[in-house]
Amino acid sequence: MADTESTPSRPARHLDFSKVVKDLIVTTLIATAVFGSTIAFRTVSAAGGLGLEVRYDIAFYVIAAVVIGRLLLWIFVWSKPPGTSAVEMPVSIKSGLAKVSAKVGKGFGPTMLLFALVFPFLPFTDRYLLDLSILILTYVMLGWGLNIVVGLAGLLDLGYVAFYAIGAYSYALLAQYFGFSFWMCLPLAGILAAFWGIILGFPVLRLRGDYLAIVTLAFGEIIRIVLLNWYQFTGGPDGLSGIPRPSFFGLPFNRSEGGFADFFGLDYSSIHRIMFLYFLILALALLTNFVTNRLRRLPIGRAWEALREDEIACRSLGLNTTSVKLTAFAIGAMFAGFAGSFFATRQGFISPESFTFIESALILAIVVLGGMGSQTGVVIASIAMIGGFEIFREAEQFRMLIFGLAMVIIMIWRPRGLISTRIPSIFLKEKKKVSADMVAQGEGH
Amino acid sequence: MAHIVDDPVLSVEHLNMRFGGLLAVDELSFDVGRRDITALIGPNGAGKTTVFNCITGFYKPTEGRITARHETGETFLLERMDDFKIPKIAKVARTFQNIRLFGGMTVLENLMVGQHNTLMVASNYTFGGIFGLSGYKKAEKEAVELAKYWMEQAGLTKRADDAAGDLPYGDQRKLEIARSMCTKPKLLCLDEPAAGLNPRESEELNKLLLFIRKERDTGVLLIEHDMNVVMGISDHIIVLDYGKKIADGTPEEIRNDPSVIAAYLGVADEEVEEVEHEIEEGAS
Amino acid sequence: MEYFLQQLINGITLGSIYGLIAIGYTMVYGIIGMINFAHGDIFMVSSFIALIVITALGLTISTGLGLTILALILVLVTAMVIASVYGWTTERLAYRPLRGSFRLAPLITAIGISIVLQNYIQITQGARVKPLQPIIADGYTLMTRVDANGEFAVQISNMQILIIVVTIILMTIFSLIIAKTSLGRAQRACEQDRKMASLLGINVDRTISMTFVMGAALAAVAGLMFLLYYGVIDFFIGFVAGVKAFTAAVLGGIGSLPGAMLGGLVIGLIETLWSAYFSIEYKDVAAFSMLAIVLIFLPQGLLGKPEVEKV
Repeated sequence: MADTESTPSRPARHLDFSKVVKDLIVTTLIATAVFGSTIAFRTVSAAGGLGLEVRYDIAFYVIAAVVIGRLLLWIFVWSKPPGTSAVEMPVSIKSGLAKVSAKVGKGFGPTMLLFALVFPFLPFTDRYLLDLSILILTYVMLGWGLNIVVGLAGLLDLGYVAFYAIGAYSYALLAQYFGFSFWMCLPLAGILAAFWGIILGFPVLRLRGDYLAIVTLAFGEIIRIVLLNWYQFTGGPDGLSGIPRPSFFGLPFNRSEGGFADFFGLDYSSIHRIMFLYFLILALALLTNFVTNRLRRLPIGRAWEALREDEIACRSLGLNTTSVKLTAFAIGAMFAGFAGSFFATRQGFISPESFTFIESALILAIVVLGGMGSQTGVVIASIAMIGGFEIFREAEQFRMLIFGLAMVIIMIWRPRGLISTRIPSIFLKEKKKVSADMVAQGEGH
Repeated sequence: MAHIVDDPVLSVEHLNMRFGGLLAVDELSFDVGRRDITALIGPNGAGKTTVFNCITGFYKPTEGRITARHETGETFLLERMDDFKIPKIAKVARTFQNIRLFGGMTVLENLMVGQHNTLMVASNYTFGGIFGLSGYKKAEKEAVELAKYWMEQAGLTKRADDAAGDLPYGDQRKLEIARSMCTKPKLLCLDEPAAGLNPRESEELNKLLLFIRKERDTGVLLIEHDMNVVMGISDHIIVLDYGKKIADGTPEEIRNDPSVIAAYLGVADEEVEEVEHEIEEGAS
Repeated sequence: MEYFLQQLINGITLGSIYGLIAIGYTMVYGIIGMINFAHGDIFMVSSFIALIVITALGLTISTGLGLTILALILVLVTAMVIASVYGWTTERLAYRPLRGSFRLAPLITAIGISIVLQNYIQITQGARVKPLQPIIADGYTLMTRVDANGEFAVQISNMQILIIVVTIILMTIFSLIIAKTSLGRAQRACEQDRKMASLLGINVDRTISMTFVMGAALAAVAGLMFLLYYGVIDFFIGFVAGVKAFTAAVLGGIGSLPGAMLGGLVIGLIETLWSAYFSIEYKDVAAFSMLAIVLIFLPQGLLGKPEVEKV
């Protein structure tokens, strides 16, 4: 693994033999250190303390796989003549991809929307797929919400899940203590989350990018710890159960007379409720998208993007950067609050376990992977991440491992995200996409 | 020696700025006329940009008073205001030595951000705008018109929909000025606007600045090393050296001032006292 | 008073462990401006490696003192070497390809690596907590007080002495490396201006790699200490310890080595004192709130240099 950057400077398909051997020896040593230590030996409980289970065979296979993989890379990828970089795709494929993505870009939004609308009625759609789509749409909504903070305003927020939790608990507690209905709680949950966004944001938004990131992370953890330990109020680790399910404008989804099925003269089916939840989250996500797109064309949205580009220039133009940041934070939090109360009503049960840091990381990964600031990118990334996660359901144990690896590999493949061009918010004659190289990366630079 | 300014848009009095042990600006006082182009010149490290940062609120001066005056007679004590309120309320705008544009946004978008405060009010702080009320639409149209006006003046109309970061250097300089003008300032502070421009671009810049002074009733205060620009367009020149004012007058006066020549050409150590003596004589 | 003194000793011990991890964060952040999210997990991996080596050596409390010391040195060196390889490999595979790219990309890959390491250890070593019987026992009683409530003794255990002494020794060694060696000079140069450093012939990539190696080695020391002190580890210890250590690094002033150590001590003390006097459940809340408060009122941290905004 020593020298990947220096591609062999010989004619085509010629390998510098001694160099490869040296590299493979180094690879073997490293792989042995990494895998030999932790795979070959496993500590197990034994009589009178710990014992060691030895698994040389598995370790050997893994090490061999790494070395052979490295050798194959040398033979097929790094043996090309200089000039063609190892990781670069051929130009023809690249321009082809660009064309496809340009075409996809135009029709993608409407097509996806149409598909989303008819999806529950398609013949192959079953309960499982519907549940999965609800999950994906929840992440789409969260991604869109976080996109305001990270993608538009360029503020790195690692504790976004806290607002999701606040939304969920707001609904659960309001319903439990005051008997409020879902439709009453939904705006309240959003407002409460936004309120907390402001409370947190006010002192910390002066901080530079990475400090902001760590303080938001800390805030996310604080919220979780409080939820975990405030037993009387939040139920602690047991969580809250029996959260009321949403009704269709007062019509409950059950077998009873006056229920949804009865009212519309349908045969009762449990899928009605799932369908309703599907359309509910679709509507909420679309609302998020609509509001965000609208805000982008308003002075506040332009101020967010300007803030991402250059904070000092913003101040020199009379923008109150504190309030610009606060609005981004609060509005992002509000959508997380909405999504949170949806989550609560869908699950019927919530506990602090659903709001760990890994959720924040996942949402952030969706935003960054999708391409910061790109609404379409968030959709694609959500489908890829959550859908991909589902595909590996069989490999229970290895699922998170593969998930983490995928995160690393995709990021290295496309550091700027899948859709990295920016669409201007206003134009005089022609809407030209702004290339990713121009767009700034936000705070801390 | 102090140049008399009848109707100052900006008065700087006894300004001191200290960074640790370094006195970057030392008892500086000067006035900027309402319809004048005033140049602040001096060798590198003389403290010019520090003065700008004090005026525009990025630094809080150690001592001194900075007053902006509008035609209406309203005065603003800039050293007491938050940095963003200086362009917003006192109407003093600035540009930067190393251009600060919103590179990923288009030329038009840059100019729209310049009108943020007006548009915010028009959109009822977003609430009106989000529901598409007509008041905001009208305001946005006017804002686009103003942006078009300044693009016209800066010769950027053709590039309205291009990313600001894509523009050539000279256009970026002009865009930054145009963006500042969109805040409708009473005083425009330019930090080395001609730096890095070729002679043709520099000529265009001169025209733009003269236009601003003539048509827009805006005072201009600029830091500049390019003597063509300074001598060609300014009405009033202030010379700084080591944080102190060493000369203040019309271009003609400055051209013939021995202390300025000494500061710029550099003098041998033995002559320093002699030159200082001359400066003191000149000042009294 | 005696109770407070006891908590002080406990706090300093815990703080030493946090400080050792924090150095890795602070060095990496100083040199490439990136939060190495996986650093806490390197710490976790190294404590597992230490556990494996201890088990393999069959080290128990009945082992003689001389042999124990020798064995622990062997454990420490092995853990440091292997952790260094982990640190080097993650940098090489997940961060170096993204150098000079989009700022958030390496943060995401770091989170990815963190997930990978956690789950890798969970798969290979099992999800259950691993208990280790104490190896070093006994200690000294510093003072005793007898009153109506009975007897209260302020004690410092040999384990605590070991942790504090090892921390001081390693801190000194690493400070000397940074201050006196050419590697340290290269590191400081890269911190100031990477491009200029490379123009002057410094191998920037290697310097950054070495920074990760040093950070990982110190994390391994912390990993062993943590294992010996608490006697229980699992695959998740890296996250919480990592967040707190990063908090310590920021608190002390990011980029500053003594700052990281000081920050670690402060966090350790807050955590112990809060647990002792208020509630153990909210000890993390106290540590995190402290971070927010310090950053708001002293954004450069305790020992960091104040930043002048360049306009």
